[in-house]
Amino acid sequence: MARPISQDEDAVLALSARLEKAGKAPGLTLAGETLTLDLCGGLWLAEHRTLIVSDLHLEKGSAYAARSGQFLPPYDTRETLACLHEAVARFDPACVVALGDSFHDARGPERMEPGDRAMVAALQEGRDWVWIAGNHDHAVSEGVGGRYAETMRLGGLTLRHEPSADAPQGEIAGHLHPCGKVTMRGRAVRRRCFVTDGLRLIMPAFGAYAGGLNVRNPVYEPLFPAGFIAHLLGDGRVFAIGKAMLAKD
Amino acid sequence: MAPTGAGKTLAGFLPSLTALAERPPAKQSRGLHTLYISPLKALAVDIARNLEAPIAEMGLSVRVETRTGDTPSHKRTRQIERPPDILLTTPEQLALLIAHREAADLFATLRCVVLDELHALVTSKRGDLLSLALARLHRLSPGLVAIGLSATVREPDELRRYLVPQGPLPGTTTDAVAVDGGPSRASETPALPPMADLVVVKGGAAPDLHMLETGLTLPLAGHTAWQAMPAIYDLIGRHRTVLVFVNTRLQAEYTFQELWRINEESYPIALHHGSLDASQRRRVEAAMAAGQLRAIVCTATLDLGIDWGDVDLVVNIGAPKGASRIMQRIGRANHRMDEPSKAYLVPANRFEMLECRAALDAVEEAAQDTPDARLGAPDVLAQHVLGMACADAFDPLALYAEIVSAAPYATLSWEDFEAVVDYVATGGYALRAYERFAKIQRGPDGLWRVRDARTAQQYRMNVGTIVESAKVKVRLARGVRGKPGAILPKGGRVLGEIEEDFADTLTPGDTFLFAGEVLRFEGLAEDEALATRAGPGTDPAIPSYAGAKFPISTFLAARVRAIIADPFEWDRLPKQVADYLVQQRSRSLLPGATDLLVETFPRAGRHYLTAFPFEGRLAHQTLGMLLTRRLERARMRPLGFAANDYGIAIWLTRDLSERIALEPDFLEALFAQDMLGDDLEAWLDESAMMKRTFRQCAVIAGLIERRYPGQAKTGRQVTISTDLVYDVLRKHQPDHLLLRAARQDAATGLLDVKRLGVMLRRIQGRIIHKALDRVSPLSVSVMLEIGRERVYGEGADEILAEAEAQLLEEALG
Repeated sequence: MARPISQDEDAVLALSARLEKAGKAPGLTLAGETLTLDLCGGLWLAEHRTLIVSDLHLEKGSAYAARSGQFLPPYDTRETLACLHEAVARFDPACVVALGDSFHDARGPERMEPGDRAMVAALQEGRDWVWIAGNHDHAVSEGVGGRYAETMRLGGLTLRHEPSADAPQGEIAGHLHPCGKVTMRGRAVRRRCFVTDGLRLIMPAFGAYAGGLNVRNPVYEPLFPAGFIAHLLGDGRVFAIGKAMLAKD
Repeated sequence: MAPTGAGKTLAGFLPSLTALAERPPAKQSRGLHTLYISPLKALAVDIARNLEAPIAEMGLSVRVETRTGDTPSHKRTRQIERPPDILLTTPEQLALLIAHREAADLFATLRCVVLDELHALVTSKRGDLLSLALARLHRLSPGLVAIGLSATVREPDELRRYLVPQGPLPGTTTDAVAVDGGPSRASETPALPPMADLVVVKGGAAPDLHMLETGLTLPLAGHTAWQAMPAIYDLIGRHRTVLVFVNTRLQAEYTFQELWRINEESYPIALHHGSLDASQRRRVEAAMAAGQLRAIVCTATLDLGIDWGDVDLVVNIGAPKGASRIMQRIGRANHRMDEPSKAYLVPANRFEMLECRAALDAVEEAAQDTPDARLGAPDVLAQHVLGMACADAFDPLALYAEIVSAAPYATLSWEDFEAVVDYVATGGYALRAYERFAKIQRGPDGLWRVRDARTAQQYRMNVGTIVESAKVKVRLARGVRGKPGAILPKGGRVLGEIEEDFADTLTPGDTFLFAGEVLRFEGLAEDEALATRAGPGTDPAIPSYAGAKFPISTFLAARVRAIIADPFEWDRLPKQVADYLVQQRSRSLLPGATDLLVETFPRAGRHYLTAFPFEGRLAHQTLGMLLTRRLERARMRPLGFAANDYGIAIWLTRDLSERIALEPDFLEALFAQDMLGDDLEAWLDESAMMKRTFRQCAVIAGLIERRYPGQAKTGRQVTISTDLVYDVLRKHQPDHLLLRAARQDAATGLLDVKRLGVMLRRIQGRIIHKALDRVSPLSVSVMLEIGRERVYGEGADEILAEAEAQLLEEALG
């Protein structure tokens, strides 16, 4: 009765190997700038030696404990910072930009453990560090080093937290926590992703406890009127997947 | 303890009714006298109705009431102010009652507690929760009599211990110093743990049980039993009311559909399983009670419960899975002791014929294989500790003494208890981040108190151990007239619910069986899955959706192995199975009763390994995963595996027969027990099953709030996924209470690691290898599973790569 579902895992493995050879970190051009979409969820601009990460949501765990009495493991901040540390060690950026919602709420920095605070300071040492304002942590930068900005220009790029409706070319934003879902042969894979249409790019959330909003949600439509490609963070590399192959939630 | 149908339930109330009758009639409430706990809400309501008749006949002034989730709040309040003589309720409601501020007063007068269907309750976390509530009742009302009502079980002593407080065991602390060269005092027989008295009602008439023989040759795999449908239909025609039990919801759907396809007489045949809309299930139950149905196709949802209808035949389709389980199902027919229950076992494939034979033998000997007593789960304990703080300030030493008096927690150490209290207070994290938000706080008097009313409210919202997976309603969408393929978003009726996890895997256009029909998935709209009826003759494409799948019991598996090993037994098997075994013996080998047969052979450009441990699907899936990892490390390039209840098949790129010929110890090393060490840990941590298990523990222990049906689904952006929490926790505090709880569950639950361990010990030095040049008859059965089940070991990246390839095709084409 249940018709066997055809699947040839050999073909899939071979294909995946071919694609792997084609390059682990897909490059992308936006407003004349070359971007590297990193598997950690960060964006590397080699020419500017700048690493961009978005929606760190530091101290989200403690925000839940303070607000609703839900005691999530209080290790999300150090986990997020450890991932960031790994990327910083790899790229050695001259500048790190945190693209808003770096803290889950405005009181996040107060609740941060001294060890985590020291980790932030160590990451900032010897490099420019920019906190872009987000909607969760508007104007937070006190006591956490770095400098603060509403938006930032970088070559032909504009960096801001919330994607703007009147899409200026070369905008890089976060805020939406995009994730893409692929369903195939009775299996579903849901991963964080970069989304771009060649004009603008929306970054995945970097924070350990940050959730995701499916890219097929209607809120993305006005931002990408002509469709988009999502770059999903797989286990071993980033996968470029067309809108048609992405499932709704 | 009595066989099903012996009238246990009313017997359980007799002492209470006698005692109440002897009391002078009271003007006002005399306090709660008897508490009755049932696993099913409907059963409690039904028993209340059945009690009222004898009470009225005897002219007793006894007030009987029920308290369930449906009881209105004014009545709940009144029940506490003016308690009835007898209260009938469920384990969850009891947990809420003992956490009530008035609990001490309410239960001070309690003389008797009756636990119905105890054999079914004690095998789950609900049984842990109930044991803790029972310990509290024993404390609130010393001298309380606890009566457990149970079907026949393998180890009645375990139930007897469950009912009475387990004090610290005398004899265990005796010093072992020999005096004057005399015998050590420790050699004295240690005192037995306290146990309740046992009343055994001997079984009534022996069941009239047969294997259904259709004369047709059965396939080697598959669980649909399609060939038996006309015979089952014929049986329905010759009986008043037939219960047709199946093992999964998918089988229920299939069987229901097939029976209707050949239902020329238009017999009223209904369907009953856990995914169907509750109102639909109630309608089916009511129709059954009214004698309006000729047959119900049902899953384990009707294993327990109300005596309704006039069932004169039980048909069990597929593998019996366990001897006790099949006996309880058979007992659903002719719910009277003096008449034999009539039942047919219907095997769906040749292996199930072996299993049915083993089950018939077991029933004849009245052998039981109910599971071992549980070790109390830490997550349930955490829930209980918070509840006890809600009831009143608690002294940790006194609460500890009370908890270890509950049989499942009798071995709990003081350190583990403290860890649970610490978890309840601040989450139990090594990083003391949440001290100032503590849910329970220790006062200068040394007592722990709940922080505030909100925390108590959170506890009440979270009580219970049944964690429903998130569900999505399935609504029949209407097609737009004149526009094929287009659908109206709403308007059709709701057919039931499917697990969100399953809905997540559906792509528009996928067809699946649901509520007795083949449906075509059209898409998700808000919280609903929209579907249309697929055209006639459509095969459902998606093979299965979540639903309980019990593995074959260790006991039955051993019997099946013994039958295979002993050619003298084959005479008792249907000829086609005996012939099949003869063929296997001539082409390959037949393993002895405790041996493990491993076959290796090439087929269609690949190499295969098959093994037949007969330890059930869950243990085999775990085994398959671990063997694949090891073969990977041995550079044999495994590609995937499939498992069923009897064996596993692994396929590889490299030639395993050759490797084994070169390295005679290879197989022994491959199956060595140490695979349950690091490999298991590493795999467990990544496995989706483990994440699901963790989620359940996190919900029960109150880390994650429950989602309620009807409650608006919050966007994924704001809810925290337990998978993320799990990943962070295992990295930063791998010995956290909830991770330990999840591992404890994995040992016996979804992953059956414990059973795998026993098997690996059993087969040491008993692996029999046969290198073949083609697939053997035995191996065909498990090879047929390939493609039916999801291929394990297929990673997320392979799926993503395939989706990416589509994009490349678009770009290039």
